[in-house]
Amino acid sequence: MSSSTLQRPPESAAAGRRLRPARRRRRQQFTWTRDGIETAVFGALKWLIIAGLVVVCAFPFYYMLLLSVRSIQQLLLEPGRILPSASELTLSTYRSVLESVGDGGQGFVTLLRNSGIIAVLTVIVTLLVSIPGAYAVSRLRFAGRRQVHFLFLAVYLFPSIVLAIPLFVLFTRIGLRGSLAGLILVYISQTVPVAIYMLRNYFQTVPRSIEEAAAADGCSRLRVVWSVSLPLARPAIMATALYVFMIAWNEYLFALLFLVEDRSRWTVSLGLAQLSGSIEIPSTVLMAGSVILTVPIMVLFFLSERLLSEGLTAGAEKG
Amino acid sequence: MSIRSRLPHRGRTLSLAKQESRAGLTLILPTLIIIVVVVVVPVLWTLMLAFQRVRLLNLRQVGVFGNYTLDNISAILASSDFRQALINTLVYTVLGTGLSIGLGLVAALVVRRPFPGRVMVRGIMLLPYVAPVVAVTFVWQIMLNPQFGIANHIGVDILGWHHAIPFLSEQTGHVSLFGWHLGVPTALLTVIAFDAWRYFPFSFLFILARLQAVPAELEESARVDGGTPTQRFAHILWPQLRPVIAMLAVLRFIWTFNKFDDVYLLTGGGSGTEVVSVRVYQLLTAQADVGGSAAQAAILAAVLAICLAAYFLLFGRKQGLEDVA
Repeated sequence: MSSSTLQRPPESAAAGRRLRPARRRRRQQFTWTRDGIETAVFGALKWLIIAGLVVVCAFPFYYMLLLSVRSIQQLLLEPGRILPSASELTLSTYRSVLESVGDGGQGFVTLLRNSGIIAVLTVIVTLLVSIPGAYAVSRLRFAGRRQVHFLFLAVYLFPSIVLAIPLFVLFTRIGLRGSLAGLILVYISQTVPVAIYMLRNYFQTVPRSIEEAAAADGCSRLRVVWSVSLPLARPAIMATALYVFMIAWNEYLFALLFLVEDRSRWTVSLGLAQLSGSIEIPSTVLMAGSVILTVPIMVLFFLSERLLSEGLTAGAEKG
Repeated sequence: MSIRSRLPHRGRTLSLAKQESRAGLTLILPTLIIIVVVVVVPVLWTLMLAFQRVRLLNLRQVGVFGNYTLDNISAILASSDFRQALINTLVYTVLGTGLSIGLGLVAALVVRRPFPGRVMVRGIMLLPYVAPVVAVTFVWQIMLNPQFGIANHIGVDILGWHHAIPFLSEQTGHVSLFGWHLGVPTALLTVIAFDAWRYFPFSFLFILARLQAVPAELEESARVDGGTPTQRFAHILWPQLRPVIAMLAVLRFIWTFNKFDDVYLLTGGGSGTEVVSVRVYQLLTAQADVGGSAAQAAILAAVLAICLAAYFLLFGRKQGLEDVA
């Protein structure tokens, strides 16, 4: 088929051109029937809704960026300004939020480091635990395999606030409260179920026959997993890693419960929330903090959007 | 041909099955240990604490065989503040769940056909969900600020409101509609609006994925038969979407019911927005009343379980949930 297209490109292009206007005309034709009216109304509404949703979703982030480069005096004078004038643009807000507390700033560099360490370690350990788990759930028959789902359901059902109380008490007792390690442990328990869910969906789409072929060639199970299943699952693993990173980076409640007492251990989320109540720090400086908190997530998200949405909703197509 | 069927001896097959079972258990074991230690044991412990008189100070004397009492539970059930918080939680959950799924459905319907820039639009619509909760609540606070927030600026200068509305700190606002004076729970509605904004992308993502899997011929044949857009939606798309929407309703209900950070960060639980999870937190940290907060958390979980049981009794099969877990 491709060769025939190659041989006669002008004709097929012409055919395409003939077809397209025809389709468009059918769409635009308006009749005073119920179908005609509905099609016209929904056709127009559709664009209105798309525009509205885009504005509603994007504006808060634009506003965040806008305020972070204005000075607080200018904001109070002209609160309704949507475009900053070139003269008032300032980056001093960023300097002041990043500088260490000793230098009169808010010390967000330390907080970024804490958030980064916590998120990366959470991702690594979660993957180390959930990849074998997901493989076992999707491939191996073992006693209690069906019951495993109930455990995961428990994690979904029980609110973090219910877990927070005993963990708060327990960590206070054994001295893990205030340590990053304790927080990471909690994050792992919160992310492992969703990681296993995402990975399991993927492992199920890898045909068993590929693994069986490798096994028939004399590979041990470990070797099959390592050199056949894992490379095939790389996109799913990437998507899972990103999702876990986002959860750990964005988390607030447990960080608040465990780390609030020592400022040098705050995460960016916690730091921003703690400081946002203070009167001394201008809102524009904290907006710069918000931008710093949001940008890493945005970058990761736009780099991986397709991967992530497919990984999350895999299996939902079946209803 | 599977590996199993090629093996000649029954004895070998059995030991292979056993081997597989052992391998499976070994691989899932780390997950189980973490879930049991960090989730299951704490939940059971919460139940224990709920029936004991525990404060952070006397924690060391509390054991498994401590003095059990119903005091915590009865004190909470008798408190009108708790009942109000429970009502707030239910209103917040039902409206938040409904709005976020409704908005997600509308969003999925408008972007399901290809158009230039569709990928970008879809990405933008997912932003509220992926952005850090602390950052977005902070921006909302500033946007809704009565002094210099953009919302009130637009309202007063352009839409002609009489005065700025303190969206997050006003418990009851007054609206007159056709001569009727109505009291509106301003802060609670604002928090619900925030919830719809932040979580509609989640529903949007799942509904869109399901919509894309609806066979095109189904709709095409309905169109040929003269089905109008609303008829095609009601008779073709809706039946296909119902299972995924039921699943979303259950999930979003659970998660919104237990939600802590959104409300806490927006209002701190003030101005008539106190939900149970925020009360639990405040009892735990401000009053160090471990027993009392555990009892509230236990009641919260029990009410949720009752709601879910009612849902499954009303709507039959436990569709969706298994698929998620």
